[in-house]
Amino acid sequence: MTSNGDTPLLRVEDLTVHFRLRRGISRKSVDVVNAVDDVTLEIHRGQTLALVGESGSGKTTVAETVMQLTKPTSGRILLDGLDLSSVSRRERRESRHKVQMVLQDSYSSLDPRMTVHDLIAEPLRTHGIRGGAELERRIAALLEMVDLGTQHLWRRSHEFSGGQCQRIAIARALALKPEIVVLDEPTSALDVSVQARMLSLLWDLQKKSQLAYLLVAHDLAVVESVADAVAVMYLGRIVEIGSADQVLHRPRHPYSSALLASVPSPDPEDRGRLAVLEGDVPSAINPPAGCRFHPRCPHRMSVCETETPVMREVADGVSRACHLPDDTVFDRFEGDRRARELRQTAPI
Amino acid sequence: MTDLLEIRELTLEFRSLRGVVKALDGVNLTVREGEILGLVGESGCGKTVTGLSVLGLHSSRQTTTGGEILFEGGDLLTEGDAKLQETRGRKISMVFQDPLASLNPVFRVGEQIIRVIQEHRNVVKSEAEDLTRNALADTGLPTDKSLLRSYPHQLSGGMRQRVCMAMAISCGSRLLIADEPTTALDVTIQAQILRLLLRLRDEHDLAQILITHNVAVAAQACDRVAVMYAGTVVEQGPTTSIMKHPAHPYTIALYQCLPHGKRADELRTIPGTVPDLVAPPTGCRFHPRCDYAMDVCAVTKPMPTVVADAHWATCHYVAARMEDG
Repeated sequence: MTSNGDTPLLRVEDLTVHFRLRRGISRKSVDVVNAVDDVTLEIHRGQTLALVGESGSGKTTVAETVMQLTKPTSGRILLDGLDLSSVSRRERRESRHKVQMVLQDSYSSLDPRMTVHDLIAEPLRTHGIRGGAELERRIAALLEMVDLGTQHLWRRSHEFSGGQCQRIAIARALALKPEIVVLDEPTSALDVSVQARMLSLLWDLQKKSQLAYLLVAHDLAVVESVADAVAVMYLGRIVEIGSADQVLHRPRHPYSSALLASVPSPDPEDRGRLAVLEGDVPSAINPPAGCRFHPRCPHRMSVCETETPVMREVADGVSRACHLPDDTVFDRFEGDRRARELRQTAPI
Repeated sequence: MTDLLEIRELTLEFRSLRGVVKALDGVNLTVREGEILGLVGESGCGKTVTGLSVLGLHSSRQTTTGGEILFEGGDLLTEGDAKLQETRGRKISMVFQDPLASLNPVFRVGEQIIRVIQEHRNVVKSEAEDLTRNALADTGLPTDKSLLRSYPHQLSGGMRQRVCMAMAISCGSRLLIADEPTTALDVTIQAQILRLLLRLRDEHDLAQILITHNVAVAAQACDRVAVMYAGTVVEQGPTTSIMKHPAHPYTIALYQCLPHGKRADELRTIPGTVPDLVAPPTGCRFHPRCDYAMDVCAVTKPMPTVVADAHWATCHYVAARMEDG
C-alpha cells in the first residue's frame, strides 16, 4: 500500500474475528466460523481502500469491526494511532463520530417514521448540538452537500427513490464531520444510471473534505472507478493487497486474477474470455487447510494443501499470500479499456 | 434463422391505487430459433413483465393487455388457460432471480423435478427419474442419489439456480425465459451460469430471453439485444452492432454510465429520474431526459428507424439524421 510516512488514519492489525455457532437440539455442540483471520490493512487520509471478495469472504465483518459493532477475537484497530480496544468508554464514544457508515439498503436502514430533518438531526443532537439556528443551518448544508434540496426536509423515507434514500444516508453519515466513512456496498442496490451519480457524488465529497473511505464492494468495475488501494479477501483472509492500479491490472494472486476474469466485459468482442473458476466458496466453519483457496486454484501445488502461505511484499506496495514464485503476474485482458474507447458520444 | 416467438405492439396496463399504470407501451420483440435475446434496462422499465406476459403469468385480474404474442402459429395472449398450460414448462419455461424462492423448501430436489416431468409428460416414474438425471447432467450437476435427495437449503446459490434450470429444460422446452438468473450470485458463479446458458444454446438449440439490468452480462451472453426504457423497446439489434454503434440516446447514456475502466469523476449521469408510468411523458417517453430532444419528441411517438443491418432504434433524432444521410 502507498504510504506517505505519517500515521495512517486507520490501521487494522492482525484482526481475527471468530463466531461461535451453537448447533443441535441441545445447543451444546459448538462450531466456530472463521469469519476473519489475521487481516492487516491501513487507510490514509483522503484515500479509498476497497475490500473486495465474494459472499462469505469476511469483508463486511471487517467493516463492522472497524465500526465497533462487532468485537474482535484478537487484533487491534487503531484510529489515528489510538487503540480503540484499550481506551476508556468515554474516549471510545468520543471517537465514534470520526468513523461513520453507509449501508447497502438505506431504505431499510432509515427509520420510516422519521422525517429527513429528524434523521439528519439525530446524530447532531446525540453529539451535542441541541437545536436552534445552528442545527437548522447544519442540516440544510448537509442536504445541499448530497444534492438534495430543503424542500425534502419534512418528507419520510418511503417518499424517496433508492438513490435519494442513499443520499439521505450519506448526509446522515457526514453530519458529524467524520474522517472515515465505511461504505458497505453503497451502490449495489441501485440502477446503473443512479449508481453513476452516487459514485461521482462520493468522489466529490472525498475531494472536498479529504474523507477516507473503506469501501466494501463486490463489483470490481465500481471499485476500479473509486479505489486508490484494493484488498482482495477470500474466506476470511486477505490474499492480495496493494494499489488499485497494480491489483486490478496486474493481479499477482490466482484468486484476484480469477475474480477479475469473471467480471463480464461490456465489449462483446471479449466473449469466450469469461474465465470460469470451478466449484463454490467452501464453508468458513471448516476452511480448507493450507491455503484456503487451494481446492479451486488452477495453479495449486502439493505445498498449498498443507502450508498456509504468508503475506509478503512481492512488488512495490503489493503484498500477496501465495506459494507461487514472487515474480508471478497474471494478465488482465484489456477489454474494459477498449470498451471505453469505443463508447460513442452522439447518436449515429 | 426463423422466428420462434414474436411480440407485436404489446401493451399492458394494470390498475393500482394511484391510477392506471401504463407498464408496457407497444413492445416489439422477436426471438429466433436457438438464439439468446437480451432484454436490458433499468428497474421498472418493463422487462420482467414482458417476460411474465409471454407465459400469462402476470396477474390477469388487474391487467388489460393489447397486441399479440405469436408462438407456433397461435397468439399466447388470447389462448385459453388450458392451451397456455400446455405451453408452460413444455415448450416455454422460465427461471427467476432468486432460486431459493422458486424451489419448494419442503420437497427434495429430485422429487420436485420428477413432479414437473410427470405433470407435463406421460411417463412412468422410472422414466421421469432418468429424464431428471439427464437434465441435471445437462446443467453440470452431479446425478447421484445425494443431490436428488437434498433439500434446496442444503445447496449453494449456484447449484440451486442450476436445479431451476434443470427443471426448466427437463421437458424439452424450446424457449427459456431467464429473469436476472445471475443477479443474486457471486461473480465467479455468475460466470459459470453464463457459460451454462451458452452451452444450452449450442448443445440443445435452446432459444432464450435473458432479462438483465447488467449491460456487460448481455454483451457476453446474448446474440441480440433489446434495450427497454419506461415500457418501450427503444433499440433492438445484434449485440455487437448495438454495443459498438448504439444509436438511441438512452442506450448511449446507459453505456456511458458504466463504471468499467473509468474514474468516478469521468462518469456520465442521466439527468432527471425514471418517469412515473401512471402519467408517462407524451410522445417519446425518454424526451424529458434526452440531450437531443426536439419539439416533435414531446408530441409524436417515434417509430423504429433502421440504422444498420437488423438493427433499429425508435428515435426522432436518429430518424432525422438517417434521412439527412
